[in-house]
Amino acid sequence: MKIGIPKEIHPGEKRVATTPAVAEQIIKLGFEVSIESGAGLESNFSDEAYKESGCSIRKNAKTLWKNADIVLKVRPPETHPELAIDETELLSKNAHLISFIWPAQNDELMQKLTAQNATVLAMDSVPRLSRSQKLDALSSMANIAGYRAVIEAAQHFGRFFTGQITAAGKVPPAKVLVIGAGVAGLAAIGAAKSMGAIVRAFDTRPEVKEQIESMDAEFLMLEFEEDGSGEGGYAKTMSKEFIKAEMALFSRQAMEVDIIITTALIPGKPAPKLITEGMLKSMKAGSVIVDLAAEQGGNCSLTEKNKVVVKHGVTLIGYTDLPSRLAAQSSQLYATNLRHLLTELCPEKNGVIDVNMEDEVIRGTTVIKQGKITWPPPPLPVSATVAPQTEAPAVTETETVNKNSLIPEPIKQLLPILLIGGSLFALGSVAPASFMSHFTVFVLACFIGYQVIWNVSASLHTPLMSVTNAISGIIIIGAVVQVSTPGFIITLLSGLAILIAAINIAGGFLVTRRMLEMFRK
Amino acid sequence: MMSQGLVIMSYVVASILFILSLSGLSNQETARRGNYYGMAGMAIAIFATILSESVNSYIILITALTIGGFIGTKAALKVEMTQMPELVALMHSLVGMAAVLVGYANFMDHTNSLLGIEKTIHEVEIYIGIFIGAVTFSGSVIAFGKLCGKLSGKPVLLPARHWLNLGLLILTIWLGNVFLTGAETGGGTFALLIMTLIAFAFGVHMVMAIGGADMPVVVSMLNSYSGWAAAATGFMLSNDLLIVTGALVGSSGAILSYIMCRAMNRKFLSVIAGGFGSAGGEAATVEGEVSAIDTSETAQLLTDAKNIMIIPGYGMAVAQAQHTVNEITKLLLSKDKTVRFGIHPVAGRMPGHMNVLLAEAKVPYDIVYEMDEINEDFPNVDVTIVIGANDIVNPSALDDPNSPIAGMPVLECWKGAETIVLKRSMAAGYAGVGNPLFVHEHTRMLFGDANESMQSVLKALNA
Repeated sequence: MKIGIPKEIHPGEKRVATTPAVAEQIIKLGFEVSIESGAGLESNFSDEAYKESGCSIRKNAKTLWKNADIVLKVRPPETHPELAIDETELLSKNAHLISFIWPAQNDELMQKLTAQNATVLAMDSVPRLSRSQKLDALSSMANIAGYRAVIEAAQHFGRFFTGQITAAGKVPPAKVLVIGAGVAGLAAIGAAKSMGAIVRAFDTRPEVKEQIESMDAEFLMLEFEEDGSGEGGYAKTMSKEFIKAEMALFSRQAMEVDIIITTALIPGKPAPKLITEGMLKSMKAGSVIVDLAAEQGGNCSLTEKNKVVVKHGVTLIGYTDLPSRLAAQSSQLYATNLRHLLTELCPEKNGVIDVNMEDEVIRGTTVIKQGKITWPPPPLPVSATVAPQTEAPAVTETETVNKNSLIPEPIKQLLPILLIGGSLFALGSVAPASFMSHFTVFVLACFIGYQVIWNVSASLHTPLMSVTNAISGIIIIGAVVQVSTPGFIITLLSGLAILIAAINIAGGFLVTRRMLEMFRK
Repeated sequence: MMSQGLVIMSYVVASILFILSLSGLSNQETARRGNYYGMAGMAIAIFATILSESVNSYIILITALTIGGFIGTKAALKVEMTQMPELVALMHSLVGMAAVLVGYANFMDHTNSLLGIEKTIHEVEIYIGIFIGAVTFSGSVIAFGKLCGKLSGKPVLLPARHWLNLGLLILTIWLGNVFLTGAETGGGTFALLIMTLIAFAFGVHMVMAIGGADMPVVVSMLNSYSGWAAAATGFMLSNDLLIVTGALVGSSGAILSYIMCRAMNRKFLSVIAGGFGSAGGEAATVEGEVSAIDTSETAQLLTDAKNIMIIPGYGMAVAQAQHTVNEITKLLLSKDKTVRFGIHPVAGRMPGHMNVLLAEAKVPYDIVYEMDEINEDFPNVDVTIVIGANDIVNPSALDDPNSPIAGMPVLECWKGAETIVLKRSMAAGYAGVGNPLFVHEHTRMLFGDANESMQSVLKALNA
């Protein structure tokens, strides 16, 4: 099948849906790939680079769309500024479109796509399963947004992030508060931490505490019992009391920190307002707030979408195109997500995709199948962290059983010693002296063996076995002693014993020697 | 001809040399010397016995010695290092058989004139010696068959096998009584023969019930038995050298079995009772998807890494990949990378199996580490390569209480940055346990024959 990658037409969008390196791998899956001339320029991928990896270059967007069975895009289709035609109309009938769609917000777009009888896979609707992580474009974009948020903050922040002691005086480290420890939040924590800042983080979901602390950041605790984990690993709306306690925490923190990065989003709802104007006023002059929720109205009431504004001496960054600001990186990760999706769709690697609605990942991602809207998908059960609580009671039960056992614990421990002692006593009382002297030798030899063997290095266990093997061929002595006893059968048996014991001795020692010769520094 | 005093003195010297031989194996520097001590001890013991007054059938003796020595030498020089477990198992069976033969020969020897309790003790010694020897023999033969793949590695579980074992044991004790009463009047041969057959069956049944992954325990246990068989023969012949040597070997094997059991967090009795993984709760099934990697990507990862760990398993032995692994190691070392080997105590089919294979491929032994030495170091490792190992790198041993291998210490390679697992295909390990490591997000699977894969990685690294 033919894959087409048009140039992104959204104003300011620098990303591209595939990179030359990924294109090469897609071609390996059996697809033909063509790309609109200049599509990768903004992400620093030249037409030549695409050509080298086997793509064909098309000058005209119209022919590209027309000839493609599958169109890979970043942004949802919109009206083409130069051709003055909607991209949905460029899409040929029965074709496939893979891109961000946001079906909940874009009802009109969905209608247009059904009119084209298209099959549409939305990269924003990939279900959150462990096996679909590699095609989770939202996570890869959020990761970039989180990183870039810190870079933007540093750009507008007038001081170092890291603390320093210089000849000209001491510089305190910047204090960064990250609200919401999702993928973006964690990426921001990592970036800020690596620049040397003191990082604190807050999240309504208590299970992320460990993740935050694993990144060496401080988790801000609320003295409040409520779990904010919602469906699909996202957060949910919290109760009034919780929000009150949360706001009090933020007010205290606002006075202290230099940089706030907010990433709090609840799926399908406007972003919660977490930073009030009052808090903003209480912040130190020169502080920076990066509002990653600006698209959904912002976590700060004064954020302006797509703008950087200064209010009460605090810089408010409301960019919504942070991934696009790191275009080469975003394109690479997004393209890899797309490639993984194509691999899922084309398990035979024959260049033909099969939108298999039995597969839960493909089912969730597909929002329109041959002109029929299949969104939203049936809900999937979420398997987050399942605490193995069923084990705990079982253990206590067995413990009580043990306590009720007939023989008390100290006697149980003494029992083997008593048994051994008893049998030794019994043996000693009947055995003649000649046996006892042999027995003494035997017991002492066991102890010597015990002492000696513990010192053997584990790497020499095989040579140890082969040398003990050879040594246990000492049984040959027994046979040699008996071979001269009169009687044909005795001689025969002893002779045979000598023969096989000799195999053992020669074989054992020689193979040990061979092995030990190999151990070299 | 040597006097009895001289013979016994030679035995004392031989015993000391054997002890020195085993203690020499405590490290690589003295190991070779230890082996020579062992040879010297054996030579002294044999010569002293041959020259003692009671021996005169030199023709048979020398013929048997020569033939046996020739076969042994031939086998030792020809055997592949990957076949070491088989060879060791086979040699255990020889010791067991020799003990049985000597026992019978001694039983038929009526020249000694023991009376009363001494005679009874002597007969009990013969009986026990033959029993241990026979169990060692048949058990080792089965172990040999399992190790070289002639028999299935899967445990064969007969219904009510514990009762069967108990029944056989009781039967053996009863036959022992019959034998002792019979021996008073010069009979008892029949009881002895039946007992030998039962002991053979017992050995077969015992090893058949033990799964492939438990082979290291079985091999060291049989090693121990062969020692006890020699010690029992010593008691039978009133020979202190045999007793000392048998006890040394017996305790050596017992300690090895104990070390192996500890490395698998299992009780010795439960290993011997067999039927690995047949009891306990339902283990969590492994869900998720594996991500494959190809050899050029592997080479790229290795080129970018600084700290590399290699975990070999039985699969490396099967694929004979150790030489290629050494080539790669040399190349990486020459590029100033840290390359280390992490060896799990039960990797392979016998204790120390992997060390021998790596030594054969000339991997320097000072970069080969034990599990306990390097397990805490995994967070610093950039790339771990797991070659044909499964259960010894299975995280569910630590976090799934229902897993059949729960509690077994494992190499925690998933704590490193990237893990590459070389594997023939997606199949469960010898223990039949699914491995969550394979679907771990930082794990990449390199499917195919380990040696071929490693060779193309080597090619890619050289390119």
